[in-house]
Order: sequence, then structure tokens, then C-alpha cells
Amino acid sequence: MSDPAVALMMLGILVFTIMIGFPVAFTLMALGVGFGFYAYFQAGQEFFDSRVFYLLTQNTFTVLNNDALVSIPLFLLMGYLVERAKILDNLFKSLQIALKGVPASLAVATLATCALFATATGIVGAVVTLMGMLAFPQMLKAGYDTRLAAGVVCAGGCLGILIPPSIMLIVYGAMAGISVVKLYAAAILPGFLLAGMYVIYVVAIGYFKPHMAPPLPKEENHIGTGELLMLLAKSFLPLTLLILSVLGAILAGIATPTEAAAVGAFGAAVLAVAYRTFTWQGLRESMFLTARTSAMVCWLFVGSATFASVFAYLGGNVLIKEFVLGLDLNPVTFLLLSQAIIFVLGWPLEWTEIIIIFVPIFLPMLPHFGIDPMVFGILVAINLQTAFLSPPMAMAAYYLKGVSPPSVLLTQIFSGCMPFVYIVLFTMLIMYVFPQITLWLPTQLYSR
Amino acid sequence: MIQLIINTINQLSKTVGHAFSWCALMLVLGTCYEVFVRYMLNDPTSWAFDLSYLMYGAVFFMAGAYTLSRGGHVRADMFYRLWPERTQATVELTLYVLFFFPGILALLIAGWRYGIESMRINEVSVNSPAGIPIWPLKMMIPVGGGLMVLQGVAEVLRCVQCLRDGHWPARLHDVEELENQILAEAARRMAGEKAAS
Repeated sequence: MSDPAVALMMLGILVFTIMIGFPVAFTLMALGVGFGFYAYFQAGQEFFDSRVFYLLTQNTFTVLNNDALVSIPLFLLMGYLVERAKILDNLFKSLQIALKGVPASLAVATLATCALFATATGIVGAVVTLMGMLAFPQMLKAGYDTRLAAGVVCAGGCLGILIPPSIMLIVYGAMAGISVVKLYAAAILPGFLLAGMYVIYVVAIGYFKPHMAPPLPKEENHIGTGELLMLLAKSFLPLTLLILSVLGAILAGIATPTEAAAVGAFGAAVLAVAYRTFTWQGLRESMFLTARTSAMVCWLFVGSATFASVFAYLGGNVLIKEFVLGLDLNPVTFLLLSQAIIFVLGWPLEWTEIIIIFVPIFLPMLPHFGIDPMVFGILVAINLQTAFLSPPMAMAAYYLKGVSPPSVLLTQIFSGCMPFVYIVLFTMLIMYVFPQITLWLPTQLYSR
Repeated sequence: MIQLIINTINQLSKTVGHAFSWCALMLVLGTCYEVFVRYMLNDPTSWAFDLSYLMYGAVFFMAGAYTLSRGGHVRADMFYRLWPERTQATVELTLYVLFFFPGILALLIAGWRYGIESMRINEVSVNSPAGIPIWPLKMMIPVGGGLMVLQGVAEVLRCVQCLRDGHWPARLHDVEELENQILAEAARRMAGEKAAS
């Protein structure tokens, strides 16, 4: 068997084992070591003198002192602290009152709350369950269509993995060798575009089909302007300032992502103290969860590093690249095909696996098709929104189902998510037609 | 007896994971201090950069076994979760032998030689003249790998228990993701409402 064929076998076993459901990090490592031993085999060599063992430790150490990944535990910690600061109730309440004149105001307020909160935490499940308990029943009570209300909560909750500072972009940056700073700059406009499209859709529903999103009765939410401003200053402003200062410091080049994330985590703790919701219990929980989630993401890097080097050494990359280039695709078909594959992978897999294992297969082909890796990355990040929203794996839908009254059916939640999946796909189309949406800000900030 | 071994290993992984998770706090405080002295006092430290990745590496690497003991490593369980528990245990046991121990044992043994060599020459970081020792980070590879091997043994024993009893033994619980806490609470509430009606 030729070496590239062995590499394909390696990939085949990996995909099979992933589908059976074994933790991926270890499969990657074992396959890397096993096939690496074959690849670097030299007759007469002592077993442990094989180069694969050197490769394994060296690669592991490279992940251990990778300064691009240092911000991962920091942003996670910031998220867990914000999540436990119990600021969501007042945030939602103030936005709801502030937006009461808008059609479908409850849904718009839900989207705005989700976007802001999800941006700060970056964790999908927490936002969806919290808003599922808080906003979802209120929308149902106000007579909103169940499907619309469900779709709004799920779609809004997923925005956090796209809008910076998101962990997903750090991971993509590390895989593609792009600075996280540039990726963050590139993701801002598309993130707002997607959130904006959601809002436009919801407002349009409220305007044209008011029976699906009826306006609230006037007297229920009467509150003076001064009071409203106070409420906003207390609940909306601090979190917004925290996010803006973290992001601003990164984008303006004042601080590295690591520094900004550390200050952000510190700021989140200060926020909790200021809201009098800081507890040692909460801090401990945040610490332990940070360690666990960091381990989950970074051990994948440890496994994939060795796997990827051996795969490339055996010629797997070249084989796949030549195969794809041999198909003689034009850039549009290539982009459609790659994004379609990622879309489908999003059903059974989590974004971590997709970005660390499968996206790197496409990366070396991008220059051939003249596709900017930044544009590609942001497209992937938007694309993966659908992984949380579309059946069968729609995590967001299951989270929402878990906290909603039994009368709400899972199928209703699924069908409520579908319009938002279409909006995601439409947004990707716009971004493809106008790549400036992605490239404008990074070019403005860093071209000189 | 099996239970005692599993519990001991789980406890060890948890204690180490919890202890090293505070490195994340050190990471926050160290980096914030650096930001303060650099931007406010214009007097940067020579150690903050090295400290940052040492702490980051310690957090995630030493928490690996703890994460495994909580079933926290990424897996695609689309088909897996549909199977009867005995089938799950059989498959998992096989896969642990085939796809867990070879890689992790290699990490332990090769990492041991790598770490010891670095410790012997008392290797320090080249990033700054402060001479921050770098060998603890390299030594973490065999130590974290060894913990992983132990936790892997505990996981295999869990499979054996499941094969024997026909159902998975409960995992230890310490902290749960907020969404899981909320989901569990909602499930309890709904069960209560159902019982009341």
C-alpha cells in the first residue's frame, strides 16, 4: 500500500471512530502514534527511539506553550463569571421597556439580550436555557406564536460563538495561522449583519403578521423616561462597557487578546461584586468549569497536532489537495462544496471537532481558489450557527425543550428555528457577494 | 473492590484538576498586574509572558484527567446514545484498548524522557532574562499523561461494572454547567407538577 493510501486509511478509521462516539482527542493521538510509528519506521531502531515519540512530545509541548491559546481559559472564565452574576433579568427587563415601541418588541428585546449576553459569555447552552426560562414564557403569555418565540431564543443564543470575543475564532486562528486580532476585526460586521437580519425578520413579522407577535398592552409597561435611563445605566451599560473595552483594547492594538481577556475576566468578577451576586461558590464553580472546558478544547489540539503531522508526512494532504484540484472546480463551486460539507458535519459533530480536524483539510486549498482564509473562517463561523439550530442535533432546540412547558413540542421548536437557518444561509450569500463586509474593518485597522 | 479503585482514581483526578484550575486565577491576576504596571507605571515585568503560558498549560493539561472523569471530552454521541448500555460498555471498552491506551501510554513514556532531560539541565525560558524555569511545563507531560492513564483505567473499570450490572454506575458530581443545572431543575419541577396533578 502506498503511503498516501495509508494516510487515507488513517482518516477513514478516524471518521469511523468519531461516529461510534469515542472521545476524539484520544483517537487522534492513538492514530497519530500508531500510524506515525509505521511512517517513521527504521529497521534496527530501538522501539522508543522512533521519531514519532519525539514528534508526540514536541507537538504536545507546542500546544502547552502556545501563546495564541492562552486567552481561551481567560475568555471562558469571563463567560462563566458573567453567567453567574445574575444580570440577565434586569438586562432583559430594561431592553424590553426601551424597545416597547418597536413591532414584536419582546422578540427584539430577546434577540438584543441574547446577543449581548452571548457575546460576553460565548456559551450557547447557558444563554438558551436562561432565556428559555425568562423570555420564552413571557412571549408565550403575550400571545406570540410558539414557533417564532422558540426560534428567537435559539437563534439569539447561538450568536455568542460568532460575535467576538469568541473562542471559536481563537481556535480557527490557531489552526489557520491568522492573528486572532484580525479575525475579531473581520467578524464584527458579519456578526452585526447576522444579528441585524434576525431583528429585521422579527420586526417584519411583528409588522405584517401581528397575530404572530402581538403588541403588548399599553398600561402594563408604563415607566418614566428617567426611570428607564436609570435601569439601562444599571443593567445594560456595565456589561456593554465591559465587552466594548475588551474588544476595543484588542482591536485598537492597545492590548494583546490575552491581556484584554484577563482584564475582562477581572472586570466580570468586579461586575459580580458590584451587583452583589459574587459568591465564593460561584467563583469556585467558574474556576473548575474553566479548567474542564479548556481541557476539552486544548486536548483536542494535543491529539490533532500529532495526527496532522503524520497525516501530512504520509502525503494525505497532498493526495486530498490533488484530488480536489483535479475536480477542476471554480472558486464558487469549491466554496459551496466546502461550506456544504461543513454544514453537514455540523449535524453530528461539535464545532471544536469541525474546526480542529476538518477545516484544516480545506485550508491549504484556499490560495489556489483565491479565497481569503479570513473570509473563509468567518463563513465557517456563521455556517456553524446552523449546527446548533437545525435538526437532528440542534443543541439549542434541545436546551430550550428542556426548560419549556410540556405543551411546547420539540417539532415546534425545530420548525421555529428553520427560518433562522435560512437567514444564516442568506447572510452567507451576502458575505460571499460582498467580501468587503468581512475585509473592510481589518484592512482599515491593520493595512498601514 | 472495583468501586474503591474507581473512587480513588476519580478523587485523585478531581483533586488535581481542582487544584490546578486555580492557575487560571493566577493567570488573570498575573496578566492584570502586568497590564497595570506596563500601562499605568510604564514599568513592564519580565516574567508575565512566561507566567501566562505556564499557567494556561497547567490549567488545561492537568485538568485533562478530571475532565475525563466527568465525561467531558468531546465526542459525537449521535449513534452511541441510542444503544443499550451493555453495547455502549462493550464498544467503549474495546475502543479504550485500541484508541486510548496506545496514545496516552506513548505520551507518558516519551514524555517522561523529555521531561526528565529538561529537568536535569534545569531548562529555563529564553523569552526573557528573568530565567523562568520551563522544565515544570515539560515535566507536566508525563505527570498529566500518567494521570490520564490512571483515569483511563478507572473508565475501563466503569465499563466492566456496566457489563456486570447492565447499567452505568453514576459519575461523581461536583460542578455542572449552568445549563445542566437549569435543565435538571426544570425536569424536577415538571416531575413535581405532574405528580401534583
